[in-house]
Amino acid sequence: MNNVRTIQETVVRFAPGKDHDSLMHKPGYAGKPFSRVDANLKVKGEALFSADFKVENPAFAALVYSTITKGRITTIDTSEAASSSGVLAVITHENAPKIPTPPVFDPTGESKGTAASDSPVLQDNRIYRDSQPIAIVIAATLDQAEYAGTLVKVDYETEIATVSFAACKPEAVTPSDVLGEEPEVKIGNAGTAFSEAEATTDNIYRTPRYNHNAIEPHATIAVWNEDDSLLVYDPPQNLYGVKHTLAILFGLAPEKVRVVSPFVGGGFGGKGTLWDNTMLCVIAAKTVKRPIKLVISRAGVFRLAGGRTLSEQRVALGAKKDGRLTALIHSGITAMSKHNNFPEQFTFPARHLYSPKNIFAGQKVVKLDTIANTFMRAPGESIGAFALELAMDELAYSLKMDPIELRRINEPKTDPAKNTAFSSRHLIEAYTLGAEKFNWQKRHAEPRGQRDGKWLVGQGVATAYYPVLRLPATAGIRINADGTAFVKAAAHEMGMGTATVQIQHAAEKLGLPLDKVSFQYGDSDLPESPIAGGSNQTVSIVASVTAAAEKIHKELLALAGRNADSPLSNLTYEQIEARNNGLFSKTDAPEGETYMSILKHAGKDHIKVNASSEMPTELKQYSMHSYGAQFCEVRVNEETGETRVSRWLGSFDCGIILNPKTAISQFRGGIIMGIGMALTEETLFDERKGRIMNPSLAEYHIPVNLDVPYIDIIYNNIPDAHTPIGAHGIGEIGITGVAAAIANAVFNATGKRVRDLPITLDKLL
Amino acid sequence: MRENIEQPEALVDVTGLPFTQIEELSNGSIYIGATVKNTEVANHRIIRERYPVLAQAILSGASGQIRNMATVGGNLLQRTRCYYFYDEAAGCNKRHANSGCDAIDGFNRIHAILGASDACIATHPSDMCVALAALDARVCVEGKNGAREIAFNDFHRLPGNTPQIETDLQADELIMAIEIPQTEFVANSLYRKVRDRSSYAFALVSIAAALEIQNGKIVNIRIALGSVAHKPWRAFEAERALIGAAATKENFSRAADQELKQAKGFAHNMFKIELAKRTIVSALNNLAESGGAR
Repeated sequence: MNNVRTIQETVVRFAPGKDHDSLMHKPGYAGKPFSRVDANLKVKGEALFSADFKVENPAFAALVYSTITKGRITTIDTSEAASSSGVLAVITHENAPKIPTPPVFDPTGESKGTAASDSPVLQDNRIYRDSQPIAIVIAATLDQAEYAGTLVKVDYETEIATVSFAACKPEAVTPSDVLGEEPEVKIGNAGTAFSEAEATTDNIYRTPRYNHNAIEPHATIAVWNEDDSLLVYDPPQNLYGVKHTLAILFGLAPEKVRVVSPFVGGGFGGKGTLWDNTMLCVIAAKTVKRPIKLVISRAGVFRLAGGRTLSEQRVALGAKKDGRLTALIHSGITAMSKHNNFPEQFTFPARHLYSPKNIFAGQKVVKLDTIANTFMRAPGESIGAFALELAMDELAYSLKMDPIELRRINEPKTDPAKNTAFSSRHLIEAYTLGAEKFNWQKRHAEPRGQRDGKWLVGQGVATAYYPVLRLPATAGIRINADGTAFVKAAAHEMGMGTATVQIQHAAEKLGLPLDKVSFQYGDSDLPESPIAGGSNQTVSIVASVTAAAEKIHKELLALAGRNADSPLSNLTYEQIEARNNGLFSKTDAPEGETYMSILKHAGKDHIKVNASSEMPTELKQYSMHSYGAQFCEVRVNEETGETRVSRWLGSFDCGIILNPKTAISQFRGGIIMGIGMALTEETLFDERKGRIMNPSLAEYHIPVNLDVPYIDIIYNNIPDAHTPIGAHGIGEIGITGVAAAIANAVFNATGKRVRDLPITLDKLL
Repeated sequence: MRENIEQPEALVDVTGLPFTQIEELSNGSIYIGATVKNTEVANHRIIRERYPVLAQAILSGASGQIRNMATVGGNLLQRTRCYYFYDEAAGCNKRHANSGCDAIDGFNRIHAILGASDACIATHPSDMCVALAALDARVCVEGKNGAREIAFNDFHRLPGNTPQIETDLQADELIMAIEIPQTEFVANSLYRKVRDRSSYAFALVSIAAALEIQNGKIVNIRIALGSVAHKPWRAFEAERALIGAAATKENFSRAADQELKQAKGFAHNMFKIELAKRTIVSALNNLAESGGAR
């Protein structure tokens, strides 16, 4: 890619005041609530997830996990397992093929690595953490493999492991960077301003470890072809990342690796990086020269794929008596493993949300002998907003001020940390619309002001916040002589409606009816798309499809121009638009030609192009974020402390919404996950062994239907002039602010301020 | 077995045995065969009318799918939900004799506050059994040496030094049925389950209670607590304290304190003592209001 050229194009295209996308103000199909194109397949159980693929002559693998935390394997006896019925092979560090250290995920994208951790996979006798895979058992059936796994006998020499967050806190260090950004931001002198403030709050907030619990466990089928190429069915959020990482690990040219994943049964970040299971499955297939299926058990997912780090955060706010913030300090500590670099960016909201002249936002980490922590829906922003938005509520209460009013008077005009203009920020509109629909003015400002029998009732509000991200992407378009079009991108469908929304956009861009357009995705042989993470995928692909549509339209115009009879032969690209199945004059309705006609006259049965979107330089020029206001009502049982959420309204400011049906569903999903984060979910990590004690859906409590009220969603639908089609990604913002809104509502109901998640009943007795 | 805790050499399928009846015996007791499904018990007209606490207890447990499959006999023999019991890497005297108890100094939020031992602080997870304990049910078992009946309160054991032995059932015995004696006042009964989410969760504290008041005095009372001990915990102390007393909040509270005097909490479950007290008082208040008086 010619970076200089693409940067120049970007500057022109996304320049202020320039309407870079003709669809922004007339979105057509985009913006309509179409049902998912894969709804039928999913309802009928016909959608193929990675473990569903049929391959010839598969064998099944099961994993054996370490039961010590740190040390080395002194002996591993696989003889009984190997001679157990149906067993084909038992692979340990003693006989595994040699592979290099996995290249870890690199937020800059410079390295092609996407591994979650650089700890070696079955390469030596060292144990780096609890539940590290130490053997793969391969058998003719899954039952045989799992049973034989129980027969592997291991002796260890244990070493003292570092797993206690509390013990390590004094030695916490400042990381080199936080997702490529500075670990500390200092504006003015927050300490002095805080000490001189007329009103203050200063508290410690804690969030526990969490795990994703996507319904589909990590599951892989690996097939080595006769030409030594590798085919992997795997549910990643990063097809190209997996492709490149496997190519590096197994010494293959990237084009020799194909990763296929038409559907991902939920990711939430848990499939955003490559975990050991995929590598182990490929190792197993290489060893027995047979296709291998490796489906990780529910407990195995907890043991093998990391979750969200715990955090301990301080938020100190200083303000004038009128509520104007003068100081904002947000600091704290998270935990990583010794083999990754992901200090959740919990101080990011504090860098962009409010307007004090003095800000300190800085974070530290401790490094433990544990599995790598990883992205989990709105990593950083969700736990950071919990602390910050609770603190705002505490300040509002101490000032006897409405918490929405406190936010209104601290609304910044420009980004406080970047000192740039906002590309689009309508947070206060979201609050205003939300407050009206939620009937916020009926709330009692004083706690314990409302009750229904034994239930104390309260309302709370908090800001939702998530950055806008766009990454360079490539898309292909093929238009066929029968008037149909294929749009191609190695995109990921994790349930959010990727294919549906891309078809809506592409159909509009190509001037075709929806049913003439299909979207091919979920395959690393397709044009390169970025990771489905950071809520970037939809807009990133929209940008690449826009580039491809422009390219194919120019080529079609040139093709039509060869035919002197074509009405298009006298028109330039600037004079045409796509509509009515072809290209037509922007001014003269009938002047133009359909794609079928152009291709027929040119004697072609199709035309196809690939094109890439520009580098996202707009992200440097502007402060680009999504916002929202979360309103909730809770009921707390005065006798038992049980908390139930009884009402919810999410009011969002996320550019224009491409498909209300799939978008509202995704906002709701985020809010439900936030209810879990606030009230029920917690990974029980036993610090004596560094081991998770509740690795099951029975004991790790995600909310059930009864815990979730009707969730009302509204959005102000104001396009962002600096994003593709005016839209923002919305996958993550839904969870942000939820836990704070609930904690604030619990305070309003009970007068108790719970600053440690989850808010379980024992904290309210 | 899926958790690799039990490794039996052979399995005998008893689900086909003909203990599928719910019937009223001539002495007024209700007989429930050991292989009757939980759902059927909960939906049975007589159970709903005369023993509402039992129907409520069953319906607050597990999921619809599990209740459709689970049998009465099987429910009695449920294993604890202790995290360490299910973990092959943990010390657990119940799983491996003399391997220690990692729960005592570990995560013990869901563990026992009554009747625990240094060997084990696990709790019994059943909801149904809490109701059966309150109802003075009898467990009918049969073995090589003939048939016998076990009072429900004697069926499950406290852990002592042998937490791996959970019931009085002998190795050659099979549960044939449950019998619930005729007790009219238990028509005024309820089951209350306090838990961390609204459904699909085991109790933190549960209570099965029944109450009869005559002339302002309590004449009959049953209280059993769930998820506080290695067995459904019949609160005899509290019952004794309340017989003949007025049905007031103060008396309920005092009786709960009396029962919980012997309670002992651990690092994460101290709150269960206060929660148990509040749950007892709340349940008895409800029963007093809902028709305990005649």
